[in-house]
Amino acid sequence: MGGQWPRRSQPVPEPGRFDAGNPATRHIKNCLAQFSPATPSSRPNRFFYIKMAAIELSATLPSLPDGWSADKDFKAIGQLSAPISRAIEPVGPHFLAHARRKRHKRTFSEDERIQAAESVKKIQNEDDGWVSEPEDPMMLQREAKDWKSQDHYAVLGISRLRYKATEEQIKQAHRRKVLKHHPDKRAASGKDQNDNFFKCIQRATDILQDPVKRRQYDSVDEAADREPPNKKDVQKKAGNFYKLWGPVFESEGRFSKKQPVPKIGNENSTREEVEGFYNFWYSFDSWRTFEYLDEDVPDDNENRAQQRHMERKNNNARKKRKNEDVVRLRQLVDDALGMDERIKKFRQEGNKQKNAKRLEKEAAEKAAKEEAERKKEEEARLAAEKEASEKASREEGKKAKEAAKNAAKKNKRVIRGAAKDGNYFTDGEASPAQIEGALNDTDLIIARLDADEIAALTAKLQGKTDKAAIKTVFVDEAKRLTEAGKVKEGELKVLN
Amino acid sequence: MSGPEGSEELTQQPQKVAIGLSFGNSYSSISYTTGDGKAEVIANEEGDRQIPSILSYVAGEEFQGTQAKAQIVRNPRNTIAYFRDFLGKPFAQIDPTPCHASAHPEEKGNTVAFTVQEHAIPEEGEEPAKSTLTISEVTTRHLRKLKQSATDFLGQDVNAAVMTVPTDCTDAHKAALTEAAANAGIEVLHYISEPVSALLAHDAKIQHASEGSYVPKDRIFLVADIGGTRTDISIIANRAGIYTTLASVHDYELGGASLDKVLVEYAAKEFLKKHKNASDPRTDERALSKLTLEAEAVKKALSIGATANFTIESLVDGIDFTLSVNRTRFELLANKVFMSLNRLVETAVQKADMDLLDIDTILLSGGSSHIPKIASNMQAHFPETTEVVAPSTLASAVNPSELTARGAAVQAQLISVFERSDIEENTEAVVTLTPHLTKAVGLVTGKDAFSVVIDAETPVPVRRTAHITVKDGGDVLLRLAEGIKEIKVTKEEATNGKAEDDSDDDSDDEPEEIREKVWKVGNVIAEAGLRGVKKSGKVEVQINVAADLSVTLVAREVGGKGGIRGTIGAGAAGQNGIAA
Repeated sequence: MGGQWPRRSQPVPEPGRFDAGNPATRHIKNCLAQFSPATPSSRPNRFFYIKMAAIELSATLPSLPDGWSADKDFKAIGQLSAPISRAIEPVGPHFLAHARRKRHKRTFSEDERIQAAESVKKIQNEDDGWVSEPEDPMMLQREAKDWKSQDHYAVLGISRLRYKATEEQIKQAHRRKVLKHHPDKRAASGKDQNDNFFKCIQRATDILQDPVKRRQYDSVDEAADREPPNKKDVQKKAGNFYKLWGPVFESEGRFSKKQPVPKIGNENSTREEVEGFYNFWYSFDSWRTFEYLDEDVPDDNENRAQQRHMERKNNNARKKRKNEDVVRLRQLVDDALGMDERIKKFRQEGNKQKNAKRLEKEAAEKAAKEEAERKKEEEARLAAEKEASEKASREEGKKAKEAAKNAAKKNKRVIRGAAKDGNYFTDGEASPAQIEGALNDTDLIIARLDADEIAALTAKLQGKTDKAAIKTVFVDEAKRLTEAGKVKEGELKVLN
Repeated sequence: MSGPEGSEELTQQPQKVAIGLSFGNSYSSISYTTGDGKAEVIANEEGDRQIPSILSYVAGEEFQGTQAKAQIVRNPRNTIAYFRDFLGKPFAQIDPTPCHASAHPEEKGNTVAFTVQEHAIPEEGEEPAKSTLTISEVTTRHLRKLKQSATDFLGQDVNAAVMTVPTDCTDAHKAALTEAAANAGIEVLHYISEPVSALLAHDAKIQHASEGSYVPKDRIFLVADIGGTRTDISIIANRAGIYTTLASVHDYELGGASLDKVLVEYAAKEFLKKHKNASDPRTDERALSKLTLEAEAVKKALSIGATANFTIESLVDGIDFTLSVNRTRFELLANKVFMSLNRLVETAVQKADMDLLDIDTILLSGGSSHIPKIASNMQAHFPETTEVVAPSTLASAVNPSELTARGAAVQAQLISVFERSDIEENTEAVVTLTPHLTKAVGLVTGKDAFSVVIDAETPVPVRRTAHITVKDGGDVLLRLAEGIKEIKVTKEEATNGKAEDDSDDDSDDEPEEIREKVWKVGNVIAEAGLRGVKKSGKVEVQINVAADLSVTLVAREVGGKGGIRGTIGAGAAGQNGIAA
């Protein structure tokens, strides 16, 4: 693409004196004339060889004054006035030529020569790329009047292209065939004067160059049809579906009013692509017509009724064929859809998705259930633990109590012992009554003291052997208790 | 995409299907080029070739074109019309007058927007919120519809377009248009100005008719694009198919709408005359819309037939209205508008520093150019040598409504094969900015007469060839010179040669004065002698002016041998020209 707008190129040699008279240019022009000009759509630069037509001046030229002379009969006298700079509109074919000249710094004649040379080269390239098809000897024997049954593409030697042949290719093919089969050529090479095949060529060209007639022929061109594959073949190998069905849809796609036709794709096509493909085929808008198969309508004016009858018949036949074609295509797409692994895949995926949703839900339910159970268990466990720990703490408390009890016992024993060691708070030998009173008081104190106080008292008494000191401790204790109101006055007999 | 399929997809991608798109304030057109290179305008689904640039939202549906135009009466606030000129402009700079009867533009950020009820109002429940559509969004929707119509017609996905824009189009307008088009899936290949596009279509038609052997003659064109709401006049030099715009003038008031208004006024007055007690239809919005719509139809009918009828059911107060208008009446009524058109044309000629005599062809473009009186007015105003191209004066004229769109299609076909960068490179100032000759170059013929070979305003480099028959044969003198143009005014009684450079308004109206364009020999550039020309032989003279203003003269006798060739080097003028 974009080749027509050439990029910077090598400078060309000095132009000849006169382009029109230049034999090289003339030769190129002859070549161009020989090869019929292309349509503008295929070769937009065809405008560019056109030179401005010469201006015809009706005035008379003055004759050369006597004594006028100059070197080589030319003398420069003045110069042009200063130009004004303006922007030209970048529009139109002639501007393109101007832009090309300006960008490549070419003069008019250089540019013309390069353009002509390029187009000759292009035609040559086209010639080089031409594939000549072998001609069937049976075809060469055809009668021209059987044109309805002839394969127009084969006659022109473009049966490999068929409906894909461009107008340009048809034109070229026609030129080639005419050069080969022209009756004059036959006569020159001494063959018989039979021009049947030449007529066939002309008929084929007539039909293929008229877009309407060509469509009518393409509609019934069975050679371009592809048989749909059967299921067995498709299932033989994994990629066979695309390989075998692809060409079928491609050939059917030639009837589509909408172009381009979506491709069949491959196993990696997305769901949208595949769905788009089948939607396209189920709503296929076809230009296919069956006029070509019409029976000939007699064109005599006498039998008008017969004529009309034939027309009606033809119309009905066309309609019938069209309907059949629609049904056929639908069946074909149905078949393809039935064999398409992707559809199955998508359905499975869809199911999977649906299933996945259900499973997810179930899993969620299960999880919730499990969670609830777990919670329950946890709660039970916690309760058990709590109970155990409570039990333990109870037991411990018991133990501690016992220990405290023991300690208290021990302490009490120490206090009692101290009372004994303190010689029962008497000086000298203690009488049994004294002993009795002292022990009673001690017991009373012990009874009135709580565990801690007992421990404190024990600590005070610990290590004390002196009787007086022991007595002081006891007396102090008795006094404290009395003050605290734990012991009533007079209760203590000895310690007061 | 990955793997070989991906690359295959890529190579198939750049198939460019380009159309010509004329997006006007009132009407839009889409066009394409047929297989044999002829530009044609595409009709949309409704069969319209001129699609009103109007969008309307009715009960959640989007209407475009003629259907939307009908909604101006019934559903004016949800109908967006005349929005093209608002693109790329801040709210403060727009003229909202044409939108008076439809949705009103409003400010949104630094752009213009319209508020319409896009969604269907359900029978129950809440009314959906109104949407505010920016001008860019509106344009995108309009272009998308146009693209769809073209795609349906061509059977191929249209993805590129050449668009026409007015001559006073700003870069901001173009940028906004490019963006809106891109959103609609259209790549704008190129912008061409409307008058140039019209001219291109005009030339292409002649070119097509003559089987491609035609190169446009050197002519000065006056392209009058008389649109719906505005008129643009451009003076364009056509030099062998290369166009240079010399001057442009614009009138944002003058256009088809002002002619409609004349008819509306007339019809309203007639209505009031007939129905003394009825209220004035011009004060009622709906009645005014009905009248305006009908006036446009009547105006169009009057371009074809001699009479046309207003027929409006229930104009005001349930009164039906019919009125017959003939063409003469319309022409009388609209004379003021026609006159202002003439004045505008004259301003354009003056702006280009030219005389009416310099205009070789008047090309009428735009819908209003169908009106025969406009063409005949122009013809009367300009000298007889000026050709007026309009349907009423020239049977072969292209439909003026289609001119701009067709030109765009011609250009689209030419450049759609090129790469984007190529197109841009070719439109750069380096390529387009070209020195133009200020004076005509030609030969001195006869006794001090001057024959033009290369006219003034021709871009250089240029090459022209002239043929002159030498009756007597012998040695001839070719004197290359610049020409000086003069306007010779001849009074009927006395031949008083009076040189006048400026065009004089009064002199045109006085019939006794005959004005002529005459050439005088100016600065002589070179002389050459061609010897021994045969009797009645033809001399071919080729003048080649290079970009640096050096001139090459080649002369020879047609069919003869030898010849002369000489070059005049580039002087100070040429150097200046390059620098300028």
